[in-house]
Amino acid sequence: MKNKTFWMVMGGFCLFLYACTKEAQIKETVSNFLGFQKPANFPSPVYKLENNMVTEAGFRLGRSLFYEPRLSRNNTISCGSCHIQSSAFTQHGHDVSHGIDDRLGTRNSPPIMNLAWNKAFMWGGGIYDLDLQPIAPITTHEEMDENLDNVMTKLRLVEKYPTMFKAAFGTEEINTTRFLKALSQFMVMCISANSKYDKVMRNEGGLSFTADEQAGYALFRTKCSSCHQEPLFTDGTFRNNGLAPSPIKDQGLYTATLQEKDRYKFKVPSLRNLSYTAPYMHDGRFLTLNGVFDHYNAELQQTVNLDPLLQQNGKLGISLTADDRTKLTAFLKTLEDADFVTRKDLAEQ
Amino acid sequence: MKTLKNIFCLSSISLLLLSISSCAKKSDVTPEYQEDNLAPFSVEFDNIVGEKTLSFNNATSPYTNAVGEKFTVSLVQYFISNIKVSKADGTTYTVKQDSSYFLIKGADRATRFAKVKVPEGDYTKLTFTLGVDSLRSTMDISKRTGVLDPAGGMEDGMYWGWNSGYIFFKMEGSSSVISDDVNGDPTGKKQFKYHIGGFGGYSAPTINNVKNITVDLTTAGIARVRKDRQSNVHLFVDLIKVFNGKNSFSIAAHPNVMFSDYSVNIATNLTELFKHDHTEN
Repeated sequence: MKNKTFWMVMGGFCLFLYACTKEAQIKETVSNFLGFQKPANFPSPVYKLENNMVTEAGFRLGRSLFYEPRLSRNNTISCGSCHIQSSAFTQHGHDVSHGIDDRLGTRNSPPIMNLAWNKAFMWGGGIYDLDLQPIAPITTHEEMDENLDNVMTKLRLVEKYPTMFKAAFGTEEINTTRFLKALSQFMVMCISANSKYDKVMRNEGGLSFTADEQAGYALFRTKCSSCHQEPLFTDGTFRNNGLAPSPIKDQGLYTATLQEKDRYKFKVPSLRNLSYTAPYMHDGRFLTLNGVFDHYNAELQQTVNLDPLLQQNGKLGISLTADDRTKLTAFLKTLEDADFVTRKDLAEQ
Repeated sequence: MKTLKNIFCLSSISLLLLSISSCAKKSDVTPEYQEDNLAPFSVEFDNIVGEKTLSFNNATSPYTNAVGEKFTVSLVQYFISNIKVSKADGTTYTVKQDSSYFLIKGADRATRFAKVKVPEGDYTKLTFTLGVDSLRSTMDISKRTGVLDPAGGMEDGMYWGWNSGYIFFKMEGSSSVISDDVNGDPTGKKQFKYHIGGFGGYSAPTINNVKNITVDLTTAGIARVRKDRQSNVHLFVDLIKVFNGKNSFSIAAHPNVMFSDYSVNIATNLTELFKHDHTEN
């Protein structure tokens, strides 16, 4: 299966290269664009790539749209405004996202990272297909406050877009499907899999964990990995981790499902790139990792639907000594992917 | 005399026979049912409010619901999909799914017909979905063209971006009974908003407000679908039933119902909206 996907990607790539060289005869250099490549230590992606094969032209268009402020009502906010590459595509320093007309959202901007493996989107769910995800921020009052009809109209008037849509999809037509598929092509390419952890797991360059990192890894596996499953460091589920309800009483997944069992459940976030993505939790209430440790160690609240894993043997939370914290932090640091936050191909061009 | 009487009798009989035969000719012979022998057929969604026609923002002549609240309507639109027709013998034809999604907009008279093609035949039953079925609601974006394109705006849009899914039925208007606080309309415009949707959820189960509607055509006129004419089932869509249906409610008590448990009550009322008035064959 792994091999099949690989050859499909390679096959598509070769075809693309062939078509490209044939058509653009004066092209000086052969592109080094490799398309979507699954990291060796990752499972098969959830996103249906077969319905939207990533091509270089599609990726470039998606990237251009990701950084396009015309997606917002007054052309001021782009996806990249709240998903900043140097912060692992989050909005560093903001507990909740800061959108159009200085309006504030209600939740912390999540990273655009390894989304091809996401089963659900948003802290509180509601969206289960990456292709449909951009509609939410574009139409939300506090984010871009625009509608897709207007976005299409505006894009048609920008000189570069008809050409870019033609390169990506064969004709100059700009429509909702193509727009969303191109954005997905860019987003699925935002893969973070080059941290020290990944290299150790893939036995690359003779790297190994230090003693503290190794001890932290062992602690992580006993205390954290049930929810923050390797290698994505999330199991993609929604859980109530015992946060006191926020002043706005955000009920998380419940709002999207209206099921009692979903009250106060939020998506388990990945632990990758933690150093770049502070603050933490759905409303960004914890500024530091130590704040998060404090929460799990002693501040959990017994709210409805509190996850059973956080109330074992009659005790709330996960005990974390000072030594545990040092070692865990050492291990979590190995999940930093400096390449991901600096790669030129993911940056605004 | 007797002969004359006979002649009269005979001629009346033949006249009667003639008239019968001409009648039969007019209503023609039911064609043999063949799935690929398609002919035009339409369903007309004619919005009314109780005993009155629908007119928008008509403050001088407001409508009144069962609990005596006066209201006006500023917007009404809904999805109709998955049209099926059945013959008396039970044979049922389902319109090709890709051609079976319609957005009826009260303010745009041109959208009041759901025009499809069904095999020539006499149909005694019509069924359709009010809303967008769960299968289509979870399909790839490339299968959501035309009225299903989520591109509509917030004002007249029929799609929830934050909770992927279509709004099946949207009705807005105003009523003086609505309070100016957070339980009513804090903008002071006295507006009510009913946005009813929910297809059951992608992978996390939730409310399902998809409603299948069955209309018996035998009383007000069966649909005789033939290639040389346009058979049209004319339905009255009585919007007063939104308030006065089985789960009757007060606008003051529920001025805004969108994605919530209460929407299930209103969705049940929506099944009472459709009344077959007549069929044009």
